[in-house]
Amino acid sequence: MSQHSHAHDHDLAHHHDIHSELPPDPALRVKALESLLTEKGLVDPAAIDAWIEVYESKIGPRNGAKVVAKAWVDPAYKQRLLSDGTKAIGELDFLGRQGQHIVAVENTPDVHNLVVCTLCSCYPLSVLGLPPAWYKSAPYRSRAVIDPRGVLKEFGLELPEHVKIRVWDSTAEVRYLVLPARPAGTEGMSEERLAALVTRDSMIGVGKVSAR
Amino acid sequence: MNSIHDVGGMHGFGAINAEADEPPFHEAWEGRAGGILEVMTFPAGFTVDRFRYLRETLRPDLYLTQTYYEQWIYIAEQALLESGMTSPEELARGKARAPRREDAMRSDAVWGFLHDRAHSGRDLDDAPRFAIGQRVRARTMQPTGHTRLPRYARGKTGSIVSRHGAHVLPDASAHGKGDMRQHLYTVRFAAQELWGERANARDSVHLDLWESYLEPA
Amino acid sequence: MNGVHDMGGMHGHGPVAPEDEKHEPLWHAPWEARMLGITRSMTYPKGFNIDRFRHIRELMPPHLYLARSYYDHWYAVCVAALLNGGLATKEEIKSGHAAAGSAKRNDAARADQVWTSQKTQGIFTREVATPPQFATGQRVRARNINPTGHTRLPRYVRGKVGVVQIHHGGHVFPDTNAHVQGEAPQHLYTVAFSMRELWGADASARDETCVDLWESYLEPA
Repeated sequence: MSQHSHAHDHDLAHHHDIHSELPPDPALRVKALESLLTEKGLVDPAAIDAWIEVYESKIGPRNGAKVVAKAWVDPAYKQRLLSDGTKAIGELDFLGRQGQHIVAVENTPDVHNLVVCTLCSCYPLSVLGLPPAWYKSAPYRSRAVIDPRGVLKEFGLELPEHVKIRVWDSTAEVRYLVLPARPAGTEGMSEERLAALVTRDSMIGVGKVSAR
Repeated sequence: MNSIHDVGGMHGFGAINAEADEPPFHEAWEGRAGGILEVMTFPAGFTVDRFRYLRETLRPDLYLTQTYYEQWIYIAEQALLESGMTSPEELARGKARAPRREDAMRSDAVWGFLHDRAHSGRDLDDAPRFAIGQRVRARTMQPTGHTRLPRYARGKTGSIVSRHGAHVLPDASAHGKGDMRQHLYTVRFAAQELWGERANARDSVHLDLWESYLEPA
Repeated sequence: MNGVHDMGGMHGHGPVAPEDEKHEPLWHAPWEARMLGITRSMTYPKGFNIDRFRHIRELMPPHLYLARSYYDHWYAVCVAALLNGGLATKEEIKSGHAAAGSAKRNDAARADQVWTSQKTQGIFTREVATPPQFATGQRVRARNINPTGHTRLPRYVRGKVGVVQIHHGGHVFPDTNAHVQGEAPQHLYTVAFSMRELWGADASARDETCVDLWESYLEPA
């Protein structure tokens, strides 16, 4: 437990001080911020472009889909994935920022997993890319831990009564990846074809994979 | 309802900023709003508990930003809309379409009304379950409707300090069951019980809790 | 800190109303993308870290926390960090321009460093000198602590009893790291709590919520 005092934490005053003096439109404020930081040499706009490029083209849910598909076709990989997710995902070179320590949690006929971060928006970026807006929203954050069935229903997923739901609240730097069940009707499909079936939503736990 | 109104124990709202010589109303409209909510004709069966519940249904960021009397206006609108006493069109236009009623409270009745609201406890056929001095635990419950058991007290153990007879249960009264009564108790919780070992060892918080909120400890 | 951010178990925020995965854009407006890039690549005050970032976000005025969109929260944190760290003034933030005569730095993160930094950043495992206090399968209680500073022990878990599922080894401790008071790593555990334990008798008898908790958040049950 922390021993510090907050008598001199002035961050609150900064927050309160400035927000009323800035325009409400975030587009204006961000533009001004970028221009200011560039002028002061506190940011390089080309680095901003590069970060955007990373999430638009290089890192996304296709990474996680490949992990899932490999686990479906390769039982030894699946075992490695479930016993040490970080290492197994590292085999495919999909570790990275906000995905350096990953636990894979398996959906079975009796257990369904759901991932949330009630305190902010922690998400396994390196395997799923950027989280959707709903994952970061107050409705999801507040309800996932108290009413997971109600949340799943909003996604069109109703689970049988006997299924146990495990919600994982990402309070630390451990990131959770749901290993969804392989759907029936996919026997003999190639790993590539299987990966194409895996949805991002199924790897968060708000959906299931269908054979389409 | 575990909504934003249930702020007991929260941090981050900043300084209290008490105003010196604060007037009863900061704007004239606040006085009008206050008066409307006191004397307007409410739907049949409308209770103070429904009033409080409707306030709790305010969108959370509006609950935190709208001023107090703005929220009273929201409550009046919701009460009238949900009962069909007005329509969105009437509200938007500020003009009545339905015929005028003749039974609004008259000004000469106001004083009597404001001074005739005794909230007395009654007896019930069922004897109170808990005795003064008894240790009780506030239940862990998460009603999605109205309740007066704050989240910070749920699951906590305290002692019965007083008994107040049977009072209307807000959890029922806010949702149409206006005359359900239960025994009401004042329960004392040690500050350390509520907030942990770093809280003051001598302080306590008292809550008035209905019998169904409690179980023996 | 018992802030509005600590939302687990709250009612009243409405439906999740998700956008369809196939149609949801990565950015809902171009400024969101710029804000992500700025947050990732700008120069922060010395000692700044991810836990401090989260803590400063939690210090946003509660109504703004609820009303502003996600990347607008990142804007609020970056501005507070710049002001608090003396890297920019209020006037500069308002005008969008450096004050006349202010020095320009030349050490900002470069575009060609982005991929490597994304690959290598963010490892929070650390050695801890003491052996773990708890074992998998052990019953533990989350302590009832109410720190006014940063913590990752949500209110809905405090005082509740669960079972250790995983021991993750030593991890940087946010409660100190957020206040630039050192990493002070502790053993980290995933603890499973039954829904009934968390929410009461009306909750599912079967479901559970697992929460990652540092050793000092826990006591034997």
